[in-house]
Amino acid sequence: MAVFEGKKHPDLAQTFNADVERVDWHDETLWWVRKKRDRAAYNILDWELLRNTASAIKDDVLSNLHSYLQHFEAKAIKNGITVHWASDAAEHNQIVHSILTESKISLINKSKSMLTEECHLNEFLKKNGVNVIDTDLGERIVQLAEEPPSHIVLPCIHKKKEEIGELFHEHLGTPKGESNPQALAAVARTHLREVFLTRNAVITGVNFAIAETGEFVVCTNEGNADMGAHLADVHIACMGIEKILPKRKHLAVVLRLLARSATGQPITTYSSHFAKPRGGQHMHIVLVDNGRTRQLSRPDFRNSLKCIRCGACMNTCPVYRRSGGHSYHNAIAGPIGSILAPNLDMKEYSDLPFASTLCGSCSNVCPVKIDIHTQLYKWRQVIVKEGYSTKGKSAGMNVMNFTLSSPNVYNMAGKAGRWFLKNVPFAVNNPLNPWSKQRDMPAPPEQSFKEWYKRNRGK
Amino acid sequence: MSSREKILAAILANQPASQPYLDEIKTPETAADVVEEFKIVLGTIGGTCCEVADLNELSVELNKKSSAGERIISTIPEVAIGGNDNWREQDPHLLENVEVAVIRGHFGISENSAVWVTEELLHQRVLPFICQHLAIVLDKKEIVPTMHHAYERIAQAEYGFGTFIAGPSKTADIEQSLVLGAHGPKSLTVYLVG
Ligand code: SF4
Repeated sequence: MAVFEGKKHPDLAQTFNADVERVDWHDETLWWVRKKRDRAAYNILDWELLRNTASAIKDDVLSNLHSYLQHFEAKAIKNGITVHWASDAAEHNQIVHSILTESKISLINKSKSMLTEECHLNEFLKKNGVNVIDTDLGERIVQLAEEPPSHIVLPCIHKKKEEIGELFHEHLGTPKGESNPQALAAVARTHLREVFLTRNAVITGVNFAIAETGEFVVCTNEGNADMGAHLADVHIACMGIEKILPKRKHLAVVLRLLARSATGQPITTYSSHFAKPRGGQHMHIVLVDNGRTRQLSRPDFRNSLKCIRCGACMNTCPVYRRSGGHSYHNAIAGPIGSILAPNLDMKEYSDLPFASTLCGSCSNVCPVKIDIHTQLYKWRQVIVKEGYSTKGKSAGMNVMNFTLSSPNVYNMAGKAGRWFLKNVPFAVNNPLNPWSKQRDMPAPPEQSFKEWYKRNRGK
Repeated sequence: MSSREKILAAILANQPASQPYLDEIKTPETAADVVEEFKIVLGTIGGTCCEVADLNELSVELNKKSSAGERIISTIPEVAIGGNDNWREQDPHLLENVEVAVIRGHFGISENSAVWVTEELLHQRVLPFICQHLAIVLDKKEIVPTMHHAYERIAQAEYGFGTFIAGPSKTADIEQSLVLGAHGPKSLTVYLVG
């Protein structure tokens, strides 16, 4: 993405980290969302059973994708929906463009779809003379700022209300200095109503698609996907091939998990089931591969395709919270983005699996139980083996491999490390350690847990 | 080879072996009083719940508003509003100035206060989204405890469009401050009857 100018996570995180106050604020905001998720999860007595069930359903989907997709296609066609298949982002963009050209439409609106971000659809359409307005408020805000979303559920979580007020002043004519969220949202409502009422084609994402019935489900809180879809004559829904569920009843499981994991709500305001076009409307579905079948071929990484895009792994991630979504220079940020991106371009995204402490918090909150942190660790091995890692990362990795494989050396290294931290801190805070930038290494504990344990308990 | 064939062939070559699994969803523990739970949850997501004996009062109130020039649309016979006859057949864009819409819901769910509605109840799909305020009439007996129960009910249902509506439209995109009335209704009232 041009905005990132080829920079990698450590550099981009460094830029974000320069403003300490903003980092703290970003960190706290996302932690607050994470806590809301916890409260919602604890309210469900069978939460763990629900996660296990969702995980099993998604495993079944990956194992039977070949037949489920064909079922879905056949049913959708019978329902009057036109189905398209796209091997990659370029083909997806071409298909969308040709539908619009055929309908002679050059002004469209679009609700949230991470897939279209992944395919850089907006840039492509703009080059081809199609004007797209994103209608999710957060996405509209980053669009006005000419930035990509920094979070899959909360697109402008990195922006302060004063900055949003400034953007609205410039583009929507709000009074200078107005930053009250209520007032700004009211102006956006009026602005986007005009968009819904005047634009004749809409693009929506797809949260889930049902093989049994050929319908697809779109979840929003704002109602923007519905406003767009029920007014436009042409509705194009874009979905990754992994979004399939076998039966309608499986929606119960994923819908119970999705909003609770995302924002702590019991369900999104709208969970809309589109089965047939309304009278006179043209409805299209574009099924997109773009690397998904390649990911399916990697036994260590195929589980990443189970993701339902709730964002919980980002909200809980200590690295994401303190480095910001843009530091991942990929449409999908955070832990899940870091295991999806190397599949798209291993060289370009070789830095991302290292942007993690491997603490495992992501895997603990994931509603479909993806082993995210294990996959991050495995990507590191692949990337180092393929020779894509940077010098500092491989040096650190080699030492780590060596120390972890021998308990005695590990003990010694721990002791020496503590001595080093105290006496020669610059050696640890050196440029070879990517985590030391803008961050002082923590004061070392007086004794390690092992030493403490030995003294106090062990004999 | 078309993209369709290419993708399907790649999937067939790469999809893991199917693991036998029990495609059975255990029905979870549920609230003792679903009506009470529905009311409480609706409050927490920004909606209002009114338990009423009948819809006379609502009907009188809305007719007053209608006479005062506000556009009110009702899809249910118990709340009859004069003068809005052919909106069902018209271009949906013309619903843009609807102040209040009254619709019936098939059933509600107590764990999240969502109400299931389909096209037949709406006549125009955009109606519950484009109005400034939405009122849903729901039979008290038609409240199920969880989403699992909900999908048991609609497992075989035929519809062109259906949606769960839970509360008024909302956004928290500006610094996580909750604002009711993003693009859809600014308020949602559920009238529980029966
Ligand atoms: S990986 Fe899991 S936690 Fe992260 S967005 Fe996907 S479903 Fe949510």
